[in-house]
Amino acid sequence: MKRGRILIAALVAVAVVASACGGTGGGTAKPDVIVGSTNFYEQVTLGELYAQILEANGYKVTKKFNLGPRDIVYPALKSGQIDILPEYLATLLAFVDKDGKIAKPTTDKKETATGLQKALDPDQLTVLDPADATDQNGFVVTKDTASSKNLKKISDLAPYAKDMVLGGPAECPTRPFCALGLKNTYGLTFKDFKPLDVGGPLTVAALEGKQIDVGLILTSDPSIVAKGFVLLDDDKHLQLADNLAPVVRNALVQKDDGTLKRLLNSISAKLTQAELNDMNKQVAVDKADSKVVAAAWLKKQGLIK
Amino acid sequence: MSLIGEVARWFADPTHWEGPHGIPVRILEHLELSGLAIAIAVLIAGPVALYLGHTGHGGFIAVNVANIGRALPSFALLGVGLLIAIALGLGLGFWPTMFMLVPLAIPPIVTNTFVAVREVDRDVVDAARGMGLAEGQILRSIEIPLGLPLILAGIRTAAVNVVATATLGAVAAGGALGRFIVDGFALREHDQVVAGALLVAFLAVVTEVSFAALERATVPAGMAASR
Repeated sequence: MKRGRILIAALVAVAVVASACGGTGGGTAKPDVIVGSTNFYEQVTLGELYAQILEANGYKVTKKFNLGPRDIVYPALKSGQIDILPEYLATLLAFVDKDGKIAKPTTDKKETATGLQKALDPDQLTVLDPADATDQNGFVVTKDTASSKNLKKISDLAPYAKDMVLGGPAECPTRPFCALGLKNTYGLTFKDFKPLDVGGPLTVAALEGKQIDVGLILTSDPSIVAKGFVLLDDDKHLQLADNLAPVVRNALVQKDDGTLKRLLNSISAKLTQAELNDMNKQVAVDKADSKVVAAAWLKKQGLIK
Repeated sequence: MSLIGEVARWFADPTHWEGPHGIPVRILEHLELSGLAIAIAVLIAGPVALYLGHTGHGGFIAVNVANIGRALPSFALLGVGLLIAIALGLGLGFWPTMFMLVPLAIPPIVTNTFVAVREVDRDVVDAARGMGLAEGQILRSIEIPLGLPLILAGIRTAAVNVVATATLGAVAAGGALGRFIVDGFALREHDQVVAGALLVAFLAVVTEVSFAALERATVPAGMAASR
């Protein structure tokens, strides 16, 4: 995920300078906070949301974005080099508890969040409220297909699948969260499968060129908004719950009076899939500044003034 | 766990030989792609090289310009071809791959055809001209037949390159034999990867041998006797 990396790097530089110069604001002993993120625009936007709402409420915030993949960023969180990290429930659970000894990710948001908390306890970390927004395998159709066949959720495909071509990564037919899962969970068998990429430019082009009817694209991919695709609702819960949630260090929570938790949870409460995808599109497609996008969203939601 | 055994079992599996994604269909796709690429390249490069060879003008430039084609990385051409095909609505796979293959096929055809025509004995050409043959007749009945083995050798080189490189088309969501290699990697099915590679190698060898036979068959009787 190198999209917008240069832009993001520039932003981080600006952000670091800005936050270093910014005053602490009023208020009593609020703990200093370091917000981190992996090197992916969605994560940077989420980091901006967390950082800006805390700054607006008198916390002294340092932003450390674009730190690298989870393998680098998670240990940094554990060791206290950062305090807050935007994360994905199911993926993080599988990462922390590789063998599934403590808990296994499920398709249920609450269950997965509870399991994740258990797995995070030994690392002295807390997962706060997860948002509705996810970043997981999604199945999309074009607007034309959706309106002509009245498709809203994956199970709506049942009468049409046998005449439709599914497109996705080459390994899709044998994967439980792709074609195999569509068959087992939804009873969908497609006319043909076209090997493309993991929700990348080939899949987008194949959908637009009508070479495929249904394509696998990640649920928060900006192309969904940019191309007007319709993301079919996973109504029978095939995908593991990869909802977005902030993960914070227990040490920070203990120093705080509960305001921090409340503020971050207020973001998750408003962060729907459509809201996240719209922000992703602004940053990744329209090349907008993630700092500006985050600020505008927080204002729109009435979370900051 | 022997890979050779796995590959043999892969080939023995009848499901790999049938349907729209079976070996026969993939071979046909591969031949269709390669054949059309060669045909287009011959149509572009042939007339130009014949003209330049016959007149003897601009040959140096033509051969060097064609040689720049050899320096173009196929994978980059595929990427550019993909962008163009998407912009023009030509779809994925076939045309992006064609865009990559034609520039690959042109240089050996230009070089060999030019040299083939130039290398025809000037005394023979002068004699023909003295007998009153028109320039077009000289090209058609003297230079092309005498140069044909070398011309075909150029097309053979191009064809073998094209058959081997058409494999890359699978990266741009194309069909053909590259599918087995690309999908095999994605699925971590190494037997499929090796089987795909063997099929491509087999097709390249068949191409080479067929053209070699064609070259022998097209040597003019008078030249063959003198060998």
